[in-house]
Amino acid sequence: MKILVCISHVPDTTSKINFVDNNTKFDTTGVQYIIGPYDDYALARAIELKESLSSTVTVLNVGLAETEPTIRKALAIGADDAIRVNASPTDSYFVATQIAEHAKGYDLILMGRESIDYNGGVVHSMVGELLGLPSVSPVMKLDIDGTTVKMQREIEGGKESVETSLPMVAGCQEPIAEWKIPNMRGIMSARTKPLSVVEPKAVETAVNFKKYQLPPPKGAVKMVSEDNVAKLVSLLKNEAKVL
Amino acid sequence: MATLVFVESAEGKIKKTSLEAVAYAYAMGDSVTAIALGAVDKAELEAIGKFGATKILSVTDERLNQGVIRAYASVIVQALESEGADTLVLANSSLGTPVAANVAVKIGASLASNVVDLPDTSSGFVVKQSIYTGKAFAFVEMKNKKKVIGIRKNAVELKEVGANGEIINFTANLTDADFGTKITATEKATGDILLPEAEIVVSGGRGMKGPEHWNILEDLAKALGAATACSKPVSDMGWRPHHEHVGQTGVKVAPQLYVAVGISGAIQHLAGVNSSKCIVVINKDPEAPFFKAADYGIVGDAFTIIPKLTEAIKAAK
Ligand SMILES: Cc1cc2nc3c(=O)[nH]c(=O)nc-3n(C[C@H](O)[C@H](O)[C@H](O)COP(=O)(O)OP(=O)(O)OC[C@H]3O[C@@H](n4cnc5c(N)ncnc54)[C@H](O)[C@@H]3O)c2cc1C
Ligand SMILES: Nc1ncnc2c1ncn2[C@@H]1O[C@H](COP(=O)(O)O)[C@@H](O)[C@H]1O
Repeated sequence: MKILVCISHVPDTTSKINFVDNNTKFDTTGVQYIIGPYDDYALARAIELKESLSSTVTVLNVGLAETEPTIRKALAIGADDAIRVNASPTDSYFVATQIAEHAKGYDLILMGRESIDYNGGVVHSMVGELLGLPSVSPVMKLDIDGTTVKMQREIEGGKESVETSLPMVAGCQEPIAEWKIPNMRGIMSARTKPLSVVEPKAVETAVNFKKYQLPPPKGAVKMVSEDNVAKLVSLLKNEAKVL
Repeated sequence: MATLVFVESAEGKIKKTSLEAVAYAYAMGDSVTAIALGAVDKAELEAIGKFGATKILSVTDERLNQGVIRAYASVIVQALESEGADTLVLANSSLGTPVAANVAVKIGASLASNVVDLPDTSSGFVVKQSIYTGKAFAFVEMKNKKKVIGIRKNAVELKEVGANGEIINFTANLTDADFGTKITATEKATGDILLPEAEIVVSGGRGMKGPEHWNILEDLAKALGAATACSKPVSDMGWRPHHEHVGQTGVKVAPQLYVAVGISGAIQHLAGVNSSKCIVVINKDPEAPFFKAADYGIVGDAFTIIPKLTEAIKAAK
């Protein structure tokens, strides 16, 4: 069995977001990059399945050379080899097309439910559609029994049990598996694991990011004494007008 | 030009965010056709007209009573064709988002998710999208003639603009391949206010000390007509179900009022709630970072404040 895990390379969840060049470019100053937190869940589940089903795990990232430390981290966590499609991930359709080019022949394609930069939550569905495969997201539990895949998917206010057969695409989230932290041996071996760099397929992007904006700053908080909760109620009613 | 709007329902009722999608399409100025799949109450279907849909397509194939994503996408593509519509609008949700992605690939459309405002068409077709989990916005040009627009809650104001609409039965051709995934069971809290749709949310963190204390938050939520939510550690420890946790890795909410009780206000938590109109923070630590993101705050012990607050809310009604 062959598993492909698609990882995004995104600012750490504690990053302060800023833009430069007249709000047309993301400010990378002081920003730490990580494997997308949901993609990390996908990777963790893939490593578990690798152990129980003796499969191979390949990680794929669409990104420029700066993403290689993130890819090496995925190799240190336990993936066997990696592919980097050498292109800036400009829009979800572009990324999905690049992934679909390399995803043929894999039995299970795992991704995160959404990237935490653009939060589209769509690349997995697009890859599924491009390859004519079922795609399910957000998946919080995934088990394989022969060629049947049994999953639990989160829906508003609850969950759904979903079944399909391999090959398929899943967008993962917790608690599908526990994040894995690379150990020393993993880090050493990651250095020599194969990482192939391939050039992208030429595709037109479907959207164009023109400009960015930060939300307006929040005004100062108004404190209310704990002995006067009625005051809070009246402020919510008459000042904020939310009751 | 016609715009098609996919409206979602739950227990036969049209979701409010889907009505917002109808209002959004109407505000774009095109003629609006809505499409609803599966079993929906007739009066609910007709009422979609009030928000600007002139036609309401109803697809009553029994197999569509469950939200099978590829089948839904197939039906919608057929409806877009028969309506001669180039644009699909829907509300982002666990069903809407994947349906949008599948449809966009099938028809070669530009896709935008988490759109928070009406498009600017003064030069091209530019939408404002929420990105970095609510920490920023992007202005995105949708280049293709065909477009699929997924909207966030509150992208437009919901107001009635017309009368009941006309329901038209619509039949689609579906193949077995459309039903390649099977939904074998659904577990869902019924009757409750769904968290992503709620106008008021009462949320508890680790400061609540244990699941046995949630009753005081539930009482407050009841008095406010609110949904309940929690921080991530609370769902990790199993005090509350996973679908109630908000934040970077959880549900993103945008209510009128978010009441945070015993939550410190970590940046990952704020990411899921920073689109709320008004935030109230109740925390015993005056230095809790959440106060910096709040509109109103009370420093004190939740266990004494919450019951008093519940009483004050009841008294004010
Ligand atoms: C990658 C990543 C993703 C994450 N995603 C999320 C996410 O989506 N959502 C999320 O919530 N967290 C998320 N976290 C975790 C986040 O960093 C915080 O750890 C978490 O939000 C803290 O939860 P809390 O505020 O309930 O608990 P604590 O930080 O323990 O805060 C408890 C608060 O309760 C107050 N308190 C205690 N007793 C009382 C009392 N009697 N009355 C009033 N106040 C009291 C304390 O003063 C304190 O401020 C994520 C972390 C990481 C690393
Ligand atoms: N540049 C990328 N390279 C590889 N995989 C990606 C990339 N961007 C997104 N993905 C995958 O697609 C998932 C959904 O992303 P999105 O649709 O952008 O929210 C992510 O969780 C990743 O698994």
